[in-house]
Amino acid sequence: MADHWHRRLLERRAGVFAIVTTIAISVGGLVEIVPMFTVGTGHMDALPEPYTALEVTGRDLYIREGCVNCHSQMVRPFRDETLRYGEWSHAVEYSWDRPFLLGSRRIGPDLHREGLLRPDAVWHYEHMKDPRSMSPGSIMPAYKWLLEWKMDPADTQATMQALAYAGTPYSDADIAGASLAMQEQGNVIVARLAEAGIEAAWDDEIIALTAYLQRLGTDIPNDDEIADGGEE
Amino acid sequence: MADLAVSDTSPNYDDEVTKKFVVATVFWGMAAMSVGLLLALQLAWWPASLGIPQLTFGRLRPVHTNGVVFAFTANFVFAGIYYSMQRLLKTRMWSDKLSKFHFWGWQSMLVSVVLTLPMGMTQSKEYAEMIWPIDVVIAVVFLAFALNFAMTIKNRKVKHLYVAIWFYMSFVITIPVLHVVNNLAIPASFTRSYPVYAGMTDALIQWWYGHNAVGFLLTTPILGLMYYFLPRAANRPVYSYRLSIIHFWALVFLYIWAGPHHLLYSALPDWAQTVGMVFSVMLLAPSWGGMLNGLLTLRGAWDKVRTDPVLKFMVVAVSFYGMSTFEGPMMSIRAVSALSHYTNWVVGHVHSGALGWVGMMGFGTLYWLVPRLWKRELYSVSLATTHFWIATIGVVVYTVAMWGAGLTEGLMARAISETGQLQYPFFLDIVQTLEPFYWARLIGGTLYLSGVFLMAYNFTATVWFTPHPAAIPQAAKGGVTHG
Repeated sequence: MADHWHRRLLERRAGVFAIVTTIAISVGGLVEIVPMFTVGTGHMDALPEPYTALEVTGRDLYIREGCVNCHSQMVRPFRDETLRYGEWSHAVEYSWDRPFLLGSRRIGPDLHREGLLRPDAVWHYEHMKDPRSMSPGSIMPAYKWLLEWKMDPADTQATMQALAYAGTPYSDADIAGASLAMQEQGNVIVARLAEAGIEAAWDDEIIALTAYLQRLGTDIPNDDEIADGGEE
Repeated sequence: MADLAVSDTSPNYDDEVTKKFVVATVFWGMAAMSVGLLLALQLAWWPASLGIPQLTFGRLRPVHTNGVVFAFTANFVFAGIYYSMQRLLKTRMWSDKLSKFHFWGWQSMLVSVVLTLPMGMTQSKEYAEMIWPIDVVIAVVFLAFALNFAMTIKNRKVKHLYVAIWFYMSFVITIPVLHVVNNLAIPASFTRSYPVYAGMTDALIQWWYGHNAVGFLLTTPILGLMYYFLPRAANRPVYSYRLSIIHFWALVFLYIWAGPHHLLYSALPDWAQTVGMVFSVMLLAPSWGGMLNGLLTLRGAWDKVRTDPVLKFMVVAVSFYGMSTFEGPMMSIRAVSALSHYTNWVVGHVHSGALGWVGMMGFGTLYWLVPRLWKRELYSVSLATTHFWIATIGVVVYTVAMWGAGLTEGLMARAISETGQLQYPFFLDIVQTLEPFYWARLIGGTLYLSGVFLMAYNFTATVWFTPHPAAIPQAAKGGVTHG
């Protein structure tokens, strides 16, 4: 074969080949990703409150146990999904989600509206202890250790510090008062459990996870804000 | 033209590093797929996590996925690259020290992954779950390999870069970019960190990474290996040089755009979803370009496919590549994604790619490499053929089970009754309907994994029990050229 242009211009010059390859693999990513930073995701004036100290601790546990591998947090705008889970998910609701936990597989149901669907702490306590007691036929493993293991507010403070550095609006006072805030919010859940005859302490891991699940999906922007912000 | 068969046995090449990566591939293949089997069992029979936190599905799934991607596949890719690039460039690797560092660094990274993920130490982002110190190790070790790779190319004794090298290059360039950008995070402790991106931006960057890990670790380097090992095994030149140019550039350019198809109907901006969908559909063309170039390379050599297990594996691998690169673009269409997303259909799609394409290419290449590296006849060709058949049946059973499961759950979830209510309001109805499919998948996976164990036995017997003949099997056959 005659000396093909490709051979002449690229195949003999490894450096040039590498540079052209780098350009080729960069274009798509730049076009798609850069606008996410410059344009934003709408609703900038309707940002939800960041997760409380207890909720963010629960979120860490959700991450630790890999809940995302079986549960999504993304209600799609379909009739069946809104019937099953409630309002479809808006970008603004994920504003403080580091990392995002949309998930890619529904081995179990979506949890993005869990706080609206199942706000009762007793349900979650019993469900983690024995999923089949609340959901007969469930294939979820029991998470008994969440009822026994303790959380450490110092870990939560480190988490909040890192998140604040990344851009979540936690003030120094929020971080310093984390332990107290956790007790306060935790004790509300403990009191509810006590009503059902369940003994728990505010620093049991299950309390934090429950607080996170109760928060999930409760930040739906109201209609005006949706109209102002345009489509997601 | 690249003369593929010349100086196969030159003492000048470093084959020790290739051997090590071959052994690692077989070991991690067995390990990662065994974990997969346990996970499959847990979905069919939930008590299989034994009440142990470290064995729950949520914690163990990333061990399986990362094990298959970064342990089985990456080790196979490294083995194939070290073997072929030295021969294609007629140059020994630039630095043996870097090669060794690459091997041991990579394996210790993998061990630390296996130790940390079941402990719940995770970043949570799919295929990037490893905690930040491990991410740093990955970056350092990979860059060491990249330096060795670049310097070997610089010192090459062949002017033209053969098509396999282009594909390797796209892998070596793209992986560090994806890895570093996606893993930028603020540490909260030695084992915890939080990404600098939040919400949908984090999601987009994750799937830009995730989809291109498929593109540039599970696809392009393996296409490169196909361009080297398939013509060698078939003793035929590559079908079309022009086609390889077109499909290479189209593939590396288009792939990067496809990530948003993982976020269709999500809260990602609409335009980004549409762009991702359109580019995913376009991706069909260069993917099939590669498939056709591989299959047509066998023209006139199809009789060999009947007898040679190496070619059997490769033909099925390339066919699965064609199948799953048709399925992928189709699933990227919004209307199809609406049904398939969140279901086992996606799991089936991933496995037709991973078991069918990556795994089969891996086995074919290993069966070709082991006798040459250890300079012995393969212990048993018939065992290899048996491996081929149970692996093929295994993938088919697996994929069909997951298609069935995916369609079932997708259709059940969206079923609306005459009164406008959900036909299956209880999610558990869907979960329980899937049980038989999960058992069928377990059978498919068991078949596939038994094949890998058979291969491990065959290789062990080859290396330990087979005498060392003076002659190297089938070496120095006629030159294979392309052009």
